[in-house]
Order: sequence, then C-alpha cells, then structure tokens
Amino acid sequence: MGGFLSDTFLAALLFGAVTAAVPLLLAGLGEQMSEKAGVLNIGIEGMMITGAYLGFVGAYYSGSFWLGFLTGAAGGIAVAALMALLCVRIGLNQIVIGIALTLGLDGLTALLHHFQFSRSYPRLPAAEVTPIPLLADIPVLGPALFRHHLIVYLAVAMVGIMIWVYRRTQLGLNLQAAGDKPAALDVAGIDVIRTRTVAVLFTGGMAGLGGAYLANVGAGLFIPFITNGAGFLGIVLAMLARGRPLWVLVGALIFGGCLSMTTAAQVAGINIPTDVIQMLPFLVVMAMLVLFGRRASLPAALGIPYERGAR
Amino acid sequence: MEPIKDHSGPAIVTLDGVTKRFPGIVANDRIDLEIRAGEVHVLLGENGAGKSTLIGMLSGLQQPDEGRILVDGREMPIRSPSHALSLGIGTVFQHNMLVPTLTVAENLALGGRWWQRPKIAELAARVADISRPLGIEINLAARVSELSLGEQQQVEIVRALLRESRLLILDEATSMLTPQGIAELGALMRRLVERGLAVVFITHKLGEAADFGDRVSVLKLGRKVGEIPPEHLRTRDRAELIDEIVAMMFGRQAGDDAVSVPLRAANDDGLLEVRNLSVTPTADAQGLDAVSLSVGSGEILGIAGIDGNGQKQLAEALAGQRPATGGSVMLAGQPLDDLDVGGRRRQGLRYLTDDRLGEGTVGAFPVSVNYFLKQIGEPPLWRSGIERSGEIVARAQDLTRLYDVRTPAVSTPVGRLSGGNIQKVLIARELADGARAVIFNKPTYGLDLANTLATRQRIRDIAGQGLAVLLISTDLEELLSMCHRIAVISQGRLVGIVPNGAGAGERVGRLMIGLAA
Repeated sequence: MGGFLSDTFLAALLFGAVTAAVPLLLAGLGEQMSEKAGVLNIGIEGMMITGAYLGFVGAYYSGSFWLGFLTGAAGGIAVAALMALLCVRIGLNQIVIGIALTLGLDGLTALLHHFQFSRSYPRLPAAEVTPIPLLADIPVLGPALFRHHLIVYLAVAMVGIMIWVYRRTQLGLNLQAAGDKPAALDVAGIDVIRTRTVAVLFTGGMAGLGGAYLANVGAGLFIPFITNGAGFLGIVLAMLARGRPLWVLVGALIFGGCLSMTTAAQVAGINIPTDVIQMLPFLVVMAMLVLFGRRASLPAALGIPYERGAR
Repeated sequence: MEPIKDHSGPAIVTLDGVTKRFPGIVANDRIDLEIRAGEVHVLLGENGAGKSTLIGMLSGLQQPDEGRILVDGREMPIRSPSHALSLGIGTVFQHNMLVPTLTVAENLALGGRWWQRPKIAELAARVADISRPLGIEINLAARVSELSLGEQQQVEIVRALLRESRLLILDEATSMLTPQGIAELGALMRRLVERGLAVVFITHKLGEAADFGDRVSVLKLGRKVGEIPPEHLRTRDRAELIDEIVAMMFGRQAGDDAVSVPLRAANDDGLLEVRNLSVTPTADAQGLDAVSLSVGSGEILGIAGIDGNGQKQLAEALAGQRPATGGSVMLAGQPLDDLDVGGRRRQGLRYLTDDRLGEGTVGAFPVSVNYFLKQIGEPPLWRSGIERSGEIVARAQDLTRLYDVRTPAVSTPVGRLSGGNIQKVLIARELADGARAVIFNKPTYGLDLANTLATRQRIRDIAGQGLAVLLISTDLEELLSMCHRIAVISQGRLVGIVPNGAGAGERVGRLMIGLAA
C-alpha cells in the first residue's frame, strides 16, 4: 500500500488533475480570445471570483448545478462588460483596470459572503457525475478521466470549437486582425471596438464558468479568495499557448496535475509537506516560460487601446 | 490608341471648401477638389502639406470641421471607413493595411459578417477575374509577411477593386518601391482609369506627378496652391511641367535647387577603409556578408539599396554599436576593431542615426544637453561628475547659432523640435571635436524640403572640408545628386559600386533589384 506508483495514487492524481485543470482550461481559453483580439485581460481573476461566488449562490439557493453555472457565467460577463467599457471603449490602461477589478472583486465577494453566510461555509452536495459508457470501466484511467460532471466534457469540447472558430470562421479572422493590426480591420469595414468587446465578454463568460466549477464542483463550497490565482494561471496558459487552443488544454492538465499532487499524496498516504507541493505549479510555470516563453510572439497590438486615425 | 481626354468623366467626389483643424495647426484650409472618373488625379505636396489629412477625410477616418463633401453631386458626409467603402471609395494607405500574420486570401476575406464562413474558393475566382486583365499575379495562399512591399500593395489594390471601388486612393504608393515597381504601378493606374475608375495618387515626388497624372493638384501648408488640368498637362513636355509645379510648390523657379556633385579634394587617399566586414544575421535583422569599401578624404560614397538590406547593420557595425564577426575597419590607417562606440568616436568616426528621436537624442532632455550627450561626465563640461550648466548653455548657444537650429531656447526639450531641427542638433554634435569620417543614415528621411536641402548642403560642406562621408539613403535621386560613387547593398552584400555620372541612376536601379549593371 502506498507509494507513488500505486493505482490509488495514480487514479487520485489523474482525477484531481482533471478537476483542477477544468477551471484553468476555461479561463485559459477565455483569456486566449481576449489576447487574440489585442486585449490583455488581467481582470480575469476578478471575473473568476465573481463567477465562483454567484455560481455558488445560484446553485445553493436553486439546488441546481446548471443554474449555478449560468449565474456564474453571467457574473463573469457582467464584470467583463465593465472591463470592456473602460478598457476597450474608453481606452483606459488595461493593466491598471484589470488589477483594480481583481482586487476589488476579491474584496467585494468576500464581503457579500460574510453578510450572507456570516462565518459559516455551507456545502453543496457532491456533483452528479456522468460516466462515459465503456470508457469509464477501464481500470485506473476510467474513474480518473471518464467519471466527471458533464460540464467537464463540454469544457474539453470547447477546445475543438475554439480551433474551428479561429481556423474556419470569419469571426476568427476578425479577432486575429483586431489583435495584430486593428487599423486593417477598421478599414475593412469591421468595428474594432465591437470585435474586441465580443472577445472580452466571451472571456468573462468562460472565466465565470470556470469560477463556478471551481467552487461548486471542485470544492463544493465558496470561501473568500477561493480562486487563489487560477485566473492568473489562465493568463499564463494563454500566453504560452499563443493562438493555439490545444496547448491551453495541455498546459491546463500539467498545471492541474501539479495542483492535485497534494490531495493525491494524502489519499495514497505519502507524507510530503503540502507547502512544497503547492509551490509546484509556480515552479512549473517558470520552467515552462524558460522553455517556451521566449519563442512566444504575442499579437502586435496586445494591450494597446484602438483609436481610429491615431498615428 | 484612343486619346486620353475621352476617359475623363463626371466627378465622383467633390470637396467644397473643406477645412480640418488639429490643435495648433490648420491641416487643410478651404480645399476645393474634383475627382473625376477616368482620371489619375495627382495630389502633390511636401511632408506636412496636408495630404494625409485629406485622405483621412476621403476614407472616413476623419471628419472635416467645415465645408462639404459631395459624392456623385450630392452632399454626403463620409462617416466611417466602412461607409467610404460602401460609397465606392477604396484606399491603399502609405503604411499598408494588411494583417501580416494572415494569408492573402484571409486578408481579402476580412470584412465579412462574423457569422459567415470565409468564402475562399469563391474569392479565388473573383480575384482571378480582377487581377488577370490588370497583369497582376496574386498568390492567395502566401502569408502577407512573406510578400514584398510591392506585392502587398498589389494585394491592396485588388482588395479595393473586389469591393467594387470606383475611386481608388493611393497614398505615397511609390515610397517603398523599386524604379521598376514604380513604372509597373504607373502602367497599372493607366489601365485602371481606362476602365473608368478614378485614381487619386498622392506623392511628394515631382517626376511621378508629371509622368502619371492626368490632373495635378498642388498642396502647400494645408492650402491648395494650384491645379494643372488635363488639357494643359498634355501640351507641355516633362521639363516644363516640372518647372511649373516647382514654382507652385516652392514659389520659386526650378534650378535654384538644382544640385551638383561637389568637387573632390585632390588628396583622396582612402580615409575610411573597410575590409570584409561581416555581421551574423539575426531573426529580425539582415546580416552583412564581407563588405569592403573605401572612402577617400573629401569623398561622398553613397550606399543605395531597398530599405532593410543591411544598411542599418552596416552603419551600426562601423560605429561599433553592433558586433562584427569578421573583417576590419581602419580610419586614417588606424585599426578601430578593438574600440567600442566611444573609442571610435574619439578617433573621429561619427554616425548620424536615422532614428533621430529613439536612438539619437533623449527627447525629454533640453537641446543643450543633447548637444553633449556623448560627452556626459567628461571635462570641461562636467567636473568631477558635476554638470557645469553655465558652460553647457554658453556652448549650446554657440552651436545653435552656428548650425541654425530653430528652437525657442536651448532649455527646450529636444523632442518638441521638428525633425529638421533635431537633425541639426545631431549634426552639430557629431561634427564637433575632430570628426574625420561621418556616416549618415537616411539623413533627410521625414524632413520637409527646406530642411532636406539644408541638410544636403551641410553634407556637401562636410565633404568639402576633407572629411570622408558615407551616405546611406533609400532615395536614389538624393544619392545621384550628391555622391561621387554609389555602392549598392542587397541582402547584406555590396553588389557593385558605380561611379556617379551619366547613366548611373539606371545602373544603380538595376543593381538594387538584383540585375547586373
């Protein structure tokens, strides 16, 4: 019993990796669209915590996980709308506004939670899983990868959808043009502000959904600051993956694996200080940045508000 | 061939007393203009004459403060770029408007509704229909960043035609093209107007106006100062036309700024000797491949070439700003290879960068300190690390007078001055204290005519004093008017050196595009 290679450990590690990866995947895919369109969306952490809080509240009072995902996504979109107004339409500094949104909403959600639940942390029931027939019966891999909530499979399917959007649709072209050369999009007759706004709202929806999953399915409860940098890891993923959704998935699984080491080790009865394991994702971020970050070329107009006719 | 005048049709766009103001400047002052179908209408003017603003208003990027714009005779404010397109006004901007990371086909598909699939196959057929009669070949699968500037321009012209433009605006379209490319564009414009389009061709080059225009309008400091109608254009020969346009533009007769190659000092030993200078290419910069040249005392050696073929790398390797991987640089018999930037400067090798604000000066520092930027900390202007302001200001005032720098005061931040005056500050700085050889990189780029002429005269004077001058320029006419010999650089190699004289322009032009001279 015990040891790193035991079945228990592997199954717990993989299951935990997927659970931890889903919020990162959703946030990373969302951030990727903003960045493609030329908006550095630092506010994503704030969108995520809002999604976590409203998602939890929605699920807690309605008893429906799906309604929780809906309110979570709506919360993320509401924050994104504010960000789009300030940074895309008015053209304020994206980094300053992003940090302000994140700090402000971390505090606001903590405050609201305190008013509502005082110091208690009510739990949701365990989320209903949808096992995939046949695949779910494979030893070790089955329970780890194919016994999850339906939204997990939908999140993975989003990778394919995003690849299709970027490669095959007019929207994909417009988004890339908005990030690489917004003036070219403008003179082609497409509203740059509107294109970027769509991208930021999408980011908000995905981040909100990711936050709701993190609270409702991952943890089963809301505690203040629960996102704990997941949104920022999403930014890192988007930066490393550049325009490629598949790489967001790969990165999210690697980070998710690191995050789930703690739990998995405990389940398997291995004694490693938790603090060491909690550092892992950040060490991996640095290692990945050293390996791949230097080659990452970001959109030319990333972070620069668009103003027609400006030179 | 049918006579050209039969092509002139009704006015597509009319400007009626259009005025546009920016803070502190009237960019366009009551401009009247008629743009007719079947005509190449040349808008001629120097930098700052108001050409770009006019284009901005025609293409919907800017709105006039006063006056009316009429389309097909009806008043029609052009609200946005997409509105301009829907009115049939297509613009090819000076700085191209293609997304470098997308393919040609994807760029052409930009502008569709977002829920649509880009119809690449249908596009290919339409592009072929449009480009074949015009003699253009478009590679739809190529990524735009891989195309030459001329090819990118053709893509933009085809894009405008795909949108069924009746009026095509070409903004400084020839500035990045080779002489052959310019001739091809001229022929293309001719074919377009023969098909009933109107073309507005913006340029600051007189020769192009005379060669390509059916009608020429001259702008100066925001005003329209003259127009030459087609019937007049056809009855004059080229030289007469140019004289006439010059008189409109500058209010003086041509010939005043006719230029002659300065006489060379008799002792023309090689002062600056470069042997097999090599620089390794990097991901975003051309390398140098065994460049050898020799510049004599009092000689101006030109470096011609299409922009981005290693000109900047050559200048920086000579100045010591970029490490050379091989070869040697000698100044008056002294090897410079082991010296850094400061050491080479002290030996008398000076470099005037083309990046006047980014690299040449510190914009927020006063003019006075910028004169001495390369001597900071050295006596006599600095003593024990302390700045001696009185001395600096006194010397700066002398230099300001000597080099005719137009600045409110020597304490004015240099970034507030015009490009021409910043260039004068740089020249004053680099010629001080024992200059022996001077490298100029695009010294007149972005300057207006008066400052261009003053800078060229200054360079001739420098050579006249016996200094060696290496003049890097992408403006072939500039090189032909100033240099004793012209070397041509292509992909980091010197592909030939042509003595200036009759026929030199054509030989240099052929070398630039890779043909034997």
